Amino acid sequence: MTRYSRLFLAAAPLILTGSLWAQASIPEIPYDSAPNLLKLPEHIHMGEAVGVATNSKGHIFVYTRTGSTNATLGGSRIFTHGGARLLEFAPTGNFVREIGQGAYGLMFAHTVRVDPQDNIWIVDEGSNMIIKFNPEGRVVMTMGRKPESVPVPEPEARRGASGAGVAGDIFNRPTDVAWDAAGNIFVSDGYGNSRVAKFDKNGKFLKTWGSRGTAPGQFNTPHSIATDAQGNVYVGDRGNKRLQVFDNNGTFKTEFLNVGAPWAVCITPGPHQYLYSSNSNGTGNMENGEIYKMELDGRILGKFGTAGKLMKEFGSIHEIDCRNANEIYVGEITNWRVQRLSLHPNQAK
Amino acid sequence: MKRSMNYCFVVVVLLFAKPHFAQAQSLTPAQMTARAKARDVPEIPFDSTPNFLKLPPNLYLGEGIGVATNSKGHVFVYTRSQETRLFEFDRTGKYVREIGEGLYGFAFAHAVRVDPQDNIWAVDEGTNMVIKFNPQGRVVMLLGRRPESAEGVKATPPASAPEPPAQPYTFSRPTDVAWDADGNIFVSDGYGNSRVVKYDKNGRYITSAGSKGSQQGQLNLPHTIAADAKGNVYVGDRSNRRIQVFDNDLKFKAIYDQVGAPWAVCITPGPHQYLYSSNSNPDSNLADIAAVTGEIYKMELDGTILGKFGHAGKQLGEFSTVHEIDCRNENELLVSEITAWRVQKISLHPQSKGSSSK
Repeated sequence: MTRYSRLFLAAAPLILTGSLWAQASIPEIPYDSAPNLLKLPEHIHMGEAVGVATNSKGHIFVYTRTGSTNATLGGSRIFTHGGARLLEFAPTGNFVREIGQGAYGLMFAHTVRVDPQDNIWIVDEGSNMIIKFNPEGRVVMTMGRKPESVPVPEPEARRGASGAGVAGDIFNRPTDVAWDAAGNIFVSDGYGNSRVAKFDKNGKFLKTWGSRGTAPGQFNTPHSIATDAQGNVYVGDRGNKRLQVFDNNGTFKTEFLNVGAPWAVCITPGPHQYLYSSNSNGTGNMENGEIYKMELDGRILGKFGTAGKLMKEFGSIHEIDCRNANEIYVGEITNWRVQRLSLHPNQAK
Repeated sequence: MKRSMNYCFVVVVLLFAKPHFAQAQSLTPAQMTARAKARDVPEIPFDSTPNFLKLPPNLYLGEGIGVATNSKGHVFVYTRSQETRLFEFDRTGKYVREIGEGLYGFAFAHAVRVDPQDNIWAVDEGTNMVIKFNPQGRVVMLLGRRPESAEGVKATPPASAPEPPAQPYTFSRPTDVAWDADGNIFVSDGYGNSRVVKYDKNGRYITSAGSKGSQQGQLNLPHTIAADAKGNVYVGDRSNRRIQVFDNDLKFKAIYDQVGAPWAVCITPGPHQYLYSSNSNPDSNLADIAAVTGEIYKMELDGTILGKFGHAGKQLGEFSTVHEIDCRNENELLVSEITAWRVQKISLHPQSKGSSSK
C-alpha cells in the first residue's frame, strides 16, 4: 500500500506533462511478421539491411551493406570502392533487379527513401553522397562527393569542430533524406557533421542549421529524418535520445523525449499522419528495440516489438517504411533482414 | 599369406622405430616445449584418400582453414582464398556449390561446423562474426557484428596493449563454435578476447568464462571448441598447450595437458564418444619444431589417450598445420590444413593397431 501511494506521488507531476504519463501505460500493438519475405537469387545475399523503402506500386527497395569495401593501392594514394548494393523486390518479395551495380557512390549504405514521384534516393555514409535514381534506376541527381582517396590509417575522429558543416552539399557521413510537398530536400548530416541541410528540389543549397551539442536545435548524431504534410521536419537526434521538430525553415518547434533513442523515424502519408520511431537496440546489446506509434504532436498511441533474433524480434532496426500505416517494413542491421509487419492496432491492449 | 606377414612385420618395426628415433636425438629446449608430454602412445595406422576434393577448373582452395560434414556426408570447406569462401562437396568429393558468395560476414575464415540439424556455421576471424546458414545455404542467424568501415581504419595497437573488456555480443577474432543437445551455442573467442561465451539457441547471451592467463579456467588463445552429449565443453587452450573441460554452465572441470597444443579438437557422436586433438605443427614452419609435432591424438572423453597418428609434412598422409578436424565418422576423419591448402580424408584402422601390438 505504502509503495503504491509513493508511486502515485511520483506519477502525479508526470500527469501534468501528459505524454510522459502515457509512457507508463503504453498499449502494446499486436502484430505479425511475414515469414521469408524477400526471395533472393542464388548468388545474392543480404548483408546489413540498413535501408528499406517502398514505392507507390509496393515495390520494396533495400540498400544493404554487403560484400567488402575494397581498398586499391594507387600510385600514391589508396582508393576505396564497393561494399553496398541496392536491390528491388516486387510486393510479393520476389527479386526484381539490382540498381546501381558498380556505381561510384555505393560504398557503405545508410538509408534509402522513395519520393512521391517514385524516384529512389540512397544515402551513403561511406562515399558521403546522396544519389537520386529515377524509377527506371538511372542516376538523375547526385549530392555531395565521394572523397577521392582515403588516408590510412584514417584518423579515428574525423568529426568537424562544431559539426555545423559548410554551406553546401559537402557531407560528413550523412544519414538520411526527406522532402516536403514542394520537393525541397532535407538531409540529416550526420555522424561527422551534426546538422540538417535544406536544398531546393533542384539540389540548390538553401540553408543549414544545427551544431554538435544538447541544446534545442543542436544534435548528437542526427540519424533519421522525416517531414509531415505541413513541411515540418522531424529529426531523430539519436545520441541525445530525442526527436526534434522544426518548421520548414529550421526554426525549433518542440522535442519528444519519451521514446528512447530514435534510430529510425517514419511519417505516414494520408490525411491523418502518424509518426513511427524505433528505440532500436544497440548493435552490441539486446536491450530495448521497441517501435512507438505516435501522433505528430508526440502523443504515444502504442508500441510493439523487442530486441532479438527470432521472427517478430528486432536486431537494431535502422530504417522504417510506413507508406501503409498498418503494414510497415523494417530493415535490421544485425539480423541482416527486412521484415514486413502487419499491425493490428484495433486489438491493442 | 607370407607377404601380409612381412607387411605386418614392417609396420611393427616402424611403430617401434619411430619413438626410439625421436628419443635418440637430443632435443633442443624449443623442441622439448613443442613436443607433447605423452609417451609410448600407440600409433594408429591410417590412409589418406588421394585427390579427394575435385574442384572446378576455375576454383582453387586457399588455406584449408575449416572443414565439416553434414548428415549426408557432404563436405563443407571454409577457405582463405583471394576472398574467404565457403564451398560444398558431396561425399565423394565432387564439387556441389559455393555458399555465401560475396557475403558481408566473410573476410578471414577460421572454422566451419555443421549442427545436428545440418545448419552450417561459419566463424570468421576477420569480421568477428559467427554466421548460421540453413541447409539451403541462406543466412538464418548472426552472432557478433562486423566493425563498420565508415568508422575508418584503426591503427594496430601494440601487442602489449591490454584488450578492452569483452562485451556479451561482440567478439574479438573468434575461433570456433559448438552446441549442446539443447542447442545452446558456445563460442571460443578467441585471439583478442580470452573467453568462452554461451548463448541460448536463439542467440541470447547466457554467460561467459575465462580471462587471459595460464591459471586454471584462464585461457590463452582458445582456438577450438567441442561439446559432448552431456553438454560438457572442451576448449583447445592452444597457447597454454592444454585442453580445458568445462561443465555446461562453464564451470571448470579438468585439464588434459599431455597432448601438446590443441589446434583442433573434435568429439565424435554416438553412444561411445571419442575426443580427437591435433598437436599441429605451427605455421611458422620451423623444421626442428615440425620434427616433433603434427600428430593427432585419439582420446576417451576423460583424457585417456588411446592412440595417435600422423606427423608434420607436405606429402599425402602427412599434415601441414591441421586447423580443423571433422569426426562425424569416428574412423573416417576429414582434416583441413593451413599450409598445404588442402583437405585430406583420413581412414583410420585402429583394429590393425590392436593386432600388431598383440
